[in-house]
Amino acid sequence: MDITEYVSLVFTDYTLRTITLGTAVLGAVTGMLGSFAVLRKQSLLGDAISHAALPGIAIAFLITGTKDSNVLLLGALVSGLVGTFWIRGIISKTHLKSDTALGLILSLFFGFGMLLLTFIQKQPNANQAGLDKYLFGQAATLLERDVWMMTIVTSICLFVLLLLWKEFKILLFDADYTKTLGFNTKFIDILITSFIVLAIVLGLQTVGVVLMSAMLLAPAAAARQWTNSLSVMVFLAAIFGAFSGVFGTAISASQNNLSTGPVIVIVAGIFVLISFVFSPSRGLLFKQIRFIKNRRDLELHKTLAFMYHIADTHDNISHPHTIKILNNFQGYTKSTLQKLVRKNYVKLNGNNWSLTEEGFKTASNLYNQQNENNE
Amino acid sequence: MEQKIAVKVDDLTVAYNYKPVLWDIDLEIPEGVLMAIVGPNGAGKSTLIKSILGILKPIAGSVTIYDKPYEKQRQLVAYVPQKGSVDWDFPTTALDVVTMGTYGSLGWIKRPGQKEKKAALEALEKVGMLPFKSRQISQLSGGQQQRIFLARALVQNASIYFMDEPFQGVDATTEIAIINILKELRKAGKTVIVVHHDLQTVPEYFDWVTFLNVKKIATGPVKDIFNDDNLTKTYGINYKVSIQE
Repeated sequence: MDITEYVSLVFTDYTLRTITLGTAVLGAVTGMLGSFAVLRKQSLLGDAISHAALPGIAIAFLITGTKDSNVLLLGALVSGLVGTFWIRGIISKTHLKSDTALGLILSLFFGFGMLLLTFIQKQPNANQAGLDKYLFGQAATLLERDVWMMTIVTSICLFVLLLLWKEFKILLFDADYTKTLGFNTKFIDILITSFIVLAIVLGLQTVGVVLMSAMLLAPAAAARQWTNSLSVMVFLAAIFGAFSGVFGTAISASQNNLSTGPVIVIVAGIFVLISFVFSPSRGLLFKQIRFIKNRRDLELHKTLAFMYHIADTHDNISHPHTIKILNNFQGYTKSTLQKLVRKNYVKLNGNNWSLTEEGFKTASNLYNQQNENNE
Repeated sequence: MEQKIAVKVDDLTVAYNYKPVLWDIDLEIPEGVLMAIVGPNGAGKSTLIKSILGILKPIAGSVTIYDKPYEKQRQLVAYVPQKGSVDWDFPTTALDVVTMGTYGSLGWIKRPGQKEKKAALEALEKVGMLPFKSRQISQLSGGQQQRIFLARALVQNASIYFMDEPFQGVDATTEIAIINILKELRKAGKTVIVVHHDLQTVPEYFDWVTFLNVKKIATGPVKDIFNDDNLTKTYGINYKVSIQE
C-alpha cells in the first residue's frame, strides 16, 4: 500500500479514521500541556499521575462490573486526582522533595493497581481480559465518541490557555513574583495540573498507563530545541504530538503485529532525537559545526597574535618577514594566511608577510572583551 | 517634620518546624529612605521580605503599607527577587520579562498592549539594557539578568521597592548603575528596601539600615546606628568599622 492509498483509506475506513483523529488530538493536547509540565520541572508528574490512575480503573470495574471506557476512565480520573493531591500533600507537609513524592505515589498506586488487576483476573466470571489494555493502550478500541470527548477537552484547554496565557507564562517563570502582583497562583496552578490529569486520563486508552508520560514529555522536549519563544514552543509541541499520533497510527496500521501505542511513543522519540541533533541553535550537529568554526577562528587569532609579537619588536610594524618564521608555529596554514590577507590584516609579498595598521590594531585587542568581532 | 511611615511591621514571626527564622519583628520604615537590611547568613533577611510580601506565611504578625493592610496596597509595592530564584533557561526574551511587570496593573486576562510595551522599553533603557531587548535571557550575564529584574520592578511605578541581594554576583559597572538608579528612586520620594550582603558599602550606599539576626537588633539612620556595638550584637564577633564621612 502506498501513501495515496493510505490517505484515502483514512478518509473512508471508520476505524482508521477514528484512530488517526483520536491519536492526533491526543498528541496535540499532551504536547501543549506537556510543555508546561516540562518548564515547571515537573516532567515526571505525568508519569506519576498515569501510574496512579491504574487502581481507579480496577476499582471502577469492581464497583460497576462494566468495562465501559467512560466508567473506567472516570475511575482513572478520580484515582489520578487523589494521587496528585497526595503528591502535593507530601511535598508541602514533609521534608521530602518532589522527586521522592512522585516516585512514592507512582509505585504505591501502580503496585496497588496491579494487585487489584491480578485479583480481578482470579475472579471466576470477571472476564478481566480488557482491563490490562490500559497498561499499554489499545488504540484499536477507540470509538468516535472517545474522539469527540478528546476534541472537546482539547478545545476547552486551548480556550483557557489563550485566555490566561500571560498568567500561565508568568507563573511558570517566576511564581514568587507572580504572587506579589496579586494573582491567585494557587488557582492557576490547580488549573494547569487539572488539565494535565484530564489529558492523561484521556490518553490511557490509546497509549496506556506505562507509556503516557512519553506523550507529555517528548513533543515538548523536541519543541524546546527549536525556539526561544514560549508560544512557538507550545505550538510546535502540539504539532509534534499530533504528527506522532498520525504517523504512529499509519506505521502500526500498515504492519501486522505492531501495537499502536508504543509505535506512537517511538515516533515521538524520533522527533526528539531529530530535534536534539538538527536544531539550528541547540542541536548537536550545529553545535559541532560552530565548534569547528570557532577552532578555526582561534587558529586565526593565534597566528595573528604570533605575528603581532614579532612585529611589535620593530619600529615599523609593517616590517616584512619571511613566511618561513611562521613554520615554527603550528597555527600557520596557507588558508589561514589567505584569510588574514582577505581581512586586510596582513599583506603578502612574495615570500614575505607584513602586518597592516589594521592588523596590528586588531591583534593588540584580540583577547580584550571590547573586541567588536566577539560579543 | 513628620515623616510618613511607608511600611509598618508588627510582631512578625516566621518559623519552620518550631525553629524560629524571624522572631517578633517590629519595624517602622519611613517614606523616602534607602534602607539596607543586613545580618549574617540564616538571619532571616530574605524571609523577612518574603513574609512582608505574602510569599511566605508568618505564624504571627501583620504588615501595613501606608496604614492599610498589604493585600490592599499591592499596586504600591514592587519586588525584585534574587537572581537565583528563577530558571534562566526559560524560553523568553529580556523585553518579555520586563513586560511582566505590567501584568499586575492589567489584571486577569487582559493582554499587554502598546502602552505596556512602551513602558517596558523605557525601563529597559533606564537600566541600560535596551540593545538586549530581544535577547534570550539565558544568554545574559549575571549583571544583565539583575538589571532585567530591576527594570521589571521599575515598570510597576511603585512607591516601595523591595530588593533581595541585588548586588550579589554582579560586576562593578552593574553595581554602580544599580545604586545610581536606587538613589534616583529615593530622590523621587520612593522607599527602597534592600537585603544587602556587603557591609563595606552600607555607609556609602544607604541612609538607613536594619540589623537583623532572627530578631531585630537595631534600625535607624546609618549615621546613628551603624557602629561597632550593633555590628557585634548582630554578627557576634568583634567588628571594627570606620565610617567615612
